[in-house]
Amino acid sequence: MRLLETPKGKTVRIIEFNGGKGVSFKLRQLGLTSGKEVKVLRHAPLGGPIMIDVEGRSIALGRGIAARIKVEMN
Amino acid sequence: MRIALIGQPNSGKSTLFNQVAGYKAETGNFIGTTVTFTESNVRLLGDVVDVVDLPGTYSLAGSNPAEREVIKYLTSKEVDVVINVLDASHLTHGLSLTIELLELEVPLVIALNMMDEADRLGLLIDIKQLEEILDVPVIPMIASKGRGIQPLFVKANQIGQNNRIPSHPHYSGGIEELLELLEYKLGEVQSHLRTRALAIKLLEGDKAIINDVLSQKPEIEPDLKSLQKALLHQYGKSAEWVIEDARSNKAHSIVERIIQQGKRRISMRDRLDDILLHPFWGYIFLIAILYFFFQLVYSFGGWLETPLMALFNGFEVWVMTFFGGSQGLIVQVLIGLIQGIAGGIAIVLPYLAPFLIGLGILEDIGYLPRVAFLMDSLMHKLGLHGKSIVPFILGFGCNVPAIMSTRILEDKRERYISAALSTMVPCAARLAVIFGLVAFYLGPIVALGIYLFNLFVIAITAKILSKIVPETSPGLILEMPVYRIPTLRTISNKAWWRIREFILEAWPLLIVGSVVLALFNYFNISIYLNVLVRPLSLLLGLPREVGVPLIFGILRKELSLVMLGQALGTMEFSQVLTSVQMITYTVFVVFYMPCMATMVVIRRELGRRAMWHIAGLTTLIATVAALLSRGVSELIF
Repeated sequence: MRLLETPKGKTVRIIEFNGGKGVSFKLRQLGLTSGKEVKVLRHAPLGGPIMIDVEGRSIALGRGIAARIKVEMN
Repeated sequence: MRIALIGQPNSGKSTLFNQVAGYKAETGNFIGTTVTFTESNVRLLGDVVDVVDLPGTYSLAGSNPAEREVIKYLTSKEVDVVINVLDASHLTHGLSLTIELLELEVPLVIALNMMDEADRLGLLIDIKQLEEILDVPVIPMIASKGRGIQPLFVKANQIGQNNRIPSHPHYSGGIEELLELLEYKLGEVQSHLRTRALAIKLLEGDKAIINDVLSQKPEIEPDLKSLQKALLHQYGKSAEWVIEDARSNKAHSIVERIIQQGKRRISMRDRLDDILLHPFWGYIFLIAILYFFFQLVYSFGGWLETPLMALFNGFEVWVMTFFGGSQGLIVQVLIGLIQGIAGGIAIVLPYLAPFLIGLGILEDIGYLPRVAFLMDSLMHKLGLHGKSIVPFILGFGCNVPAIMSTRILEDKRERYISAALSTMVPCAARLAVIFGLVAFYLGPIVALGIYLFNLFVIAITAKILSKIVPETSPGLILEMPVYRIPTLRTISNKAWWRIREFILEAWPLLIVGSVVLALFNYFNISIYLNVLVRPLSLLLGLPREVGVPLIFGILRKELSLVMLGQALGTMEFSQVLTSVQMITYTVFVVFYMPCMATMVVIRRELGRRAMWHIAGLTTLIATVAALLSRGVSELIF
């Protein structure tokens, strides 16, 4: 499953990120590494970004990026 | 004594710096490889120490040139002690950077900031144990309220003077053995890093450091390769990741040992995002907040502008009577001077000051990233990101703070496009032209039409620009800071710092420009100026007299209306201009070349080239848009 399709309020575990090195670096810096559990807080309407909770921080991710993060439900 | 501050973004590092150094941290510039650190002399217990504010960074991985510069600087002899600012409410993440700092083996003190936030989240932190585990003094602090700052710097001073170096962190079995082996093989190497840190960077595959070491000891290359391979074999991922995971695991285990979760106090602030980012109410609040903000700025500005203008007008009259009503050179220059000064005090500052204070409040509360979140999808349709909406909104008030606000965008492309677009947003001055000419003579519906046409042209320009300048960043990645109640001190400092920029840099130019125009008037250069602009005015079907008001309009946009009256000899525009001419002229004024104050700010923020690009681009767009509206309105009227 992709992070983009995770419904609001669900907690998922990150499997991997398929994308450029630069973005993957930035995501890792924000604590989005494989194995990490994240909670989807909300989806912005009209195809906007999604907001997730990583260790108590709120992070907004554009759809393009959220679509490339593979996750699994616990 | 030189003290360097380092910490992750949003850890409150700049707040701490500003508390000790006054408001200076905003000038820090860290784009690309040009690295400048903000430094300030601070009086401390009778001594003067240098405090250096390093840019916020999540890690010191070194793959990024800016981060490599930071490592070099920290390990150079210039820094006596490093203060690592940590956000106590998000310790796990921040500690990874602390572990990297420990690897560098430099004198270190930890400032455990935002203790109030941690308290609110119910986190009970065992500071004594944290000190023992890290072998580093930890000082609890609330930088925004100025608490704990004195003990922090006393401690830092002491650590720096004794040159106390903490012991470096140890990793679990496999990695530790490989590191020791590599350290042994390395032996003596010339480097700014200690052998331990060097070994870690080599294993991580830091290209610059590998090249540096191999040029001294080419014989260790096969050893390094086999060690990296051993890690890959043992953990199934590359060394860089293995070490990073090790750091992150270490941070986790530390946090588990020192933090107990107490009762979390659920407050309004936790619920705020549910309302402010709601799919429907979020947008209602956005519109309401912005409307309220502009109302406040306009009413406050207008309340000040009228009496101030009256004051300066009275002064002008006094000067003229003093010289017995003569129209001599001195009188003209003096009046030009007064008008330039009045332009700054009576027209720009009454709006700019409340605007910047309001913007500072929205920024410090943490609302602006939320606006970016709400607007991201709409901005994406124009080829931009959500964050670009901020300068765009601000542009309706005044283009100067709009350009300044492009600083919140990290990407150079995004900054350039947003700056170009926000200069096309009709600011308060151009509102005067639209209302004074079009709304007054042709009715408010036509004025509304011009606003809609303006949005349409901006959208098309955004589309075209984002096609020409290729997209570099793949999407929004933005941390939403916790809502905070701003303090009076940070707000007023920040606003003053920005107002000072206008007073020192843009205002003198306004005054000089005003005097130059007075000279033009005196020596009757207007005729030549009209000839210069004639090709354009002919193309747009406008009378030749519009040349001077258009040129004067570059100085201040309101002048293109005021001077038009002077140039045409009457303020009854309907007698001298047709409806089509009024619309064409107004559309051109709305789009062409940013005013001088805006140009100065563009030059400072984005460079001289960007300034000329934007000036040329907007004039071109203005011509096309004016021609288009001429054609359309000829069909209608």
